[in-house]
Order: sequence, then structure tokens, then C-alpha cells
Amino acid sequence: MTKQFVTTTVNGDTAEFICEPGESLLDALRGRLQLTGSKEGCGSGDCGACTILLDGEMVCSCLVFAAEAEGRVIETVEGMADGSVLHPVQRKFLEHAALQCGFCTPGFLVATKALLDHNPDPSEHEIRYWLAGNLCRCTGYDKIVRAVQDTAREMRNERKTA
Amino acid sequence: MPQPGYHAPETVQQAIALLSKEPGARVLAGGTDLIVQMRSGRIASPLIVDLKRISGMIGIRASGDGFAIGAATPCTALKKDAAFAAAWPGVVEAANLIGSVQVRNRATMAGNLCNASPAADSVPALIAAGATCLIAGPSGERELPVEQLATGPGRTGLATGEFVVELRLPARPKGGGDAYLRLIPRTEMDIAVVGAGAALVIDAAGTCTAARISIGAVAPTALLVADAGAALVGSKFDDAALGRMGEAVRAACSPIDDKRGTISYRTDMAAVIARRAVAIARQRAGEAN
Repeated sequence: MTKQFVTTTVNGDTAEFICEPGESLLDALRGRLQLTGSKEGCGSGDCGACTILLDGEMVCSCLVFAAEAEGRVIETVEGMADGSVLHPVQRKFLEHAALQCGFCTPGFLVATKALLDHNPDPSEHEIRYWLAGNLCRCTGYDKIVRAVQDTAREMRNERKTA
Repeated sequence: MPQPGYHAPETVQQAIALLSKEPGARVLAGGTDLIVQMRSGRIASPLIVDLKRISGMIGIRASGDGFAIGAATPCTALKKDAAFAAAWPGVVEAANLIGSVQVRNRATMAGNLCNASPAADSVPALIAAGATCLIAGPSGERELPVEQLATGPGRTGLATGEFVVELRLPARPKGGGDAYLRLIPRTEMDIAVVGAGAALVIDAAGTCTAARISIGAVAPTALLVADAGAALVGSKFDDAALGRMGEAVRAACSPIDDKRGTISYRTDMAAVIARRAVAIARQRAGEAN
């Protein structure tokens, strides 16, 4: 079958790649663009380790064909930090030890940033429902929820003083 | 998985031509069922026809007094349309019980319908609301009540070259209210053991003047239970009328026994969940009067 030539925007930069027509966006990000932050946990949209933003909405990149990315805007975990300065979500996950093996972490980071961009002051209930599509088998989620709450607090305070 | 072809046509006619040429071709909207099924080997498709570049496939527009929802409109977009969310809260809630936020940002109600799972959450809500689907194909367009599209688990009556272009919902009637509830043993990320939808119209005196009751996950397809609706019409939702409604629901059930629930549990719970959905729809209808 004909290979697809795709031009897209990834973390603010134009990216071009050639892919198989049935290739997932996750495989293209990892294999063609060497952006290996997004992980494949399940390949069926259950675990959320491959979460990215596609035109600003969080999706499982394993459930998107790479060819669909033509002309669209992609944000991945690699775009979160500003050079060596971590995004507050990343810093708080470290401070709260909200990870152990770390495999689920890129997905949680992208999903948490999306939550806080959309709702700066989520309740614990809202946090847990928003993150229901991200599975973590190490932490038991409590540390993750606390890291998200603390990030939200810090980001709200920064907004107030800004 | 074997490599399929991928096309993103820009018109409905181009999509019909592609789908007609390859009988095994599959339509792609959100892909949350299609891609999983292709990867697992459950379906092998030689051609993927992505609808999302066709004008009108994404978004909700006014159509007559009601609404037309493009086939590739993601579930989360339904919540953002204030007029639609106010008119059919049960439909919006049902569509937003499916999967995770990640999944709902891609998954569509038309896809939920065409995937034809007996446990599809949005389908009973659409049936209760009186939704229809507009189908385009080689011999033109046709419109079908939602409850008539699925013919069995994973099967629809769509002919080669046909696909669902949009879902159509009427305006919310005066004194109308709808609701959908599902039973799952968890709080999210699960598949309905039982689902029930209700759409009611009540008059100023509180008498039910119209009722559509639907059930999911308790038969090979989601069903409209006409007798259940008829049991409520003319009543003020007294116990006797609700009891008859529940009996009609039980009589319509023909569920499977599986790890999610036994036949008797699903049948008993279908009546319970339908009754609870009616209570919510009734409250919403009352608030509208």
C-alpha cells in the first residue's frame, strides 16, 4: 500500500515523516521522529501512557493513525519543559514521588497539564475522573493526586502574583 | 496487522466511491473501536476512509427545529454545545460515560452506533430521544430511526458503500426531559452491564403525555421498548404505572450470561435502572414546565 507523507506541527516545530498508512501516530512519534517520551502500555486506549494533545485535545496516540496528523498540531511530553526548566507539573511529580517505574508518567504529565489548563482548581473527584484513562500500577494514585493538587495550588498562586 | 490503504476524501461522494470500490473498506471517525479491532486482528480492512476532512462531519448545527450532529463529532464536543446540552442532557451524559477523556475526545456517537455493541452507552439515549441517522450511499440518502440500524452484535444494515453521515435529533418538546443510566460495578472506564434511557413529556398537571423507554446490554441490540413507554402515558408515575413499565422492560430483555452479569441479574436490574432513568427524566421534564 502507498506510504503516506505527513506534514504536521510537533511541539511548535514543523515535522515531516513518511509512514505506513496503518501506522499509529504513537509509532510515528517514537520511530520516525525519535520522540520516545510517549509510551505504549496497552495499544488499545485503556492505559493512557501514550497521551498527547492533538489540536489541543488529549487523545491516546495509539488510537490515532499517523496519517491523520496531516496539518494538525501535536503536543507531546517532550514539549512540556522549557529547556532544562521543568514544567510545574513535572517538578511536583518529582517532589511528591508521584512515580515509581515511570512508564505511565509521560501520559499522566500530559493529562494533568491538560486538566489544569482547562480547570485551574479541580476537586479531588474531578482529578480522579479526569485521570481515569491513565493507569498506574505502582503508586496507588494517591501521590499522583497530591502532586496534581499541589501543582494546581502553585499555578494558581503564580497567576495571582503575575 | 496488515497494512490497509488510507484515504481522507473531501466530499461525501468521494467517500461513497471509495467505500463502494472496496467492499471491506471501513469508515474512520474517532477510531477508538476501529483501530483496536484492526490491531487485535478481529477485522482486516483493505482500506480506511477517514471522514474528518469532509465538510460538515464535525460539529452540531440547527436542522429545522432540531439538531444535526456530524458523524465525526467527538463526544466531548457535545458538552460544549450549550443549546444541545440543554435540550438533550441524557444523550450528552450517555456519550460522556464512554471510556476516558482521551477516548471521548475522539469517539463519536455515530461510531458508537455503527460499532453495534449491544452495550453502547449513547445508543439507548439516542433511541429514547427519537434520533434518526442519515445514511448516504451509492443510491442516494435514506433516514432510519437509530433503533433500526444495528441488526445484531457488531452488525448493521448498512449496505456496501453506505455510511452514516449525521445523527438527527428533534427539538426538546415542551415539558420534555431525558436521561440515561448505566449499571457498572466500577465508577468509570467500564462497559454497561445494563443501560436504560428514558425520554418523557409531561403536561402542566404532571401527567405523562409521551414516553420512550430504551434498554441496552440486555439484548443483541439496544431496544426501544414501546410497551414500557405506553405503560407510563396517561399516568402521573404512580407505583402501578411504574410497575407495568418495569414489567414491560423485563419482558423485552434477552441478555447473555457473562462475567459482567447473569441473565436474571441483568433482567432484574434493567427494570430497576429504567425506573431510575424515568425518575431523572421526569424531574427534568418538570423543570421544563
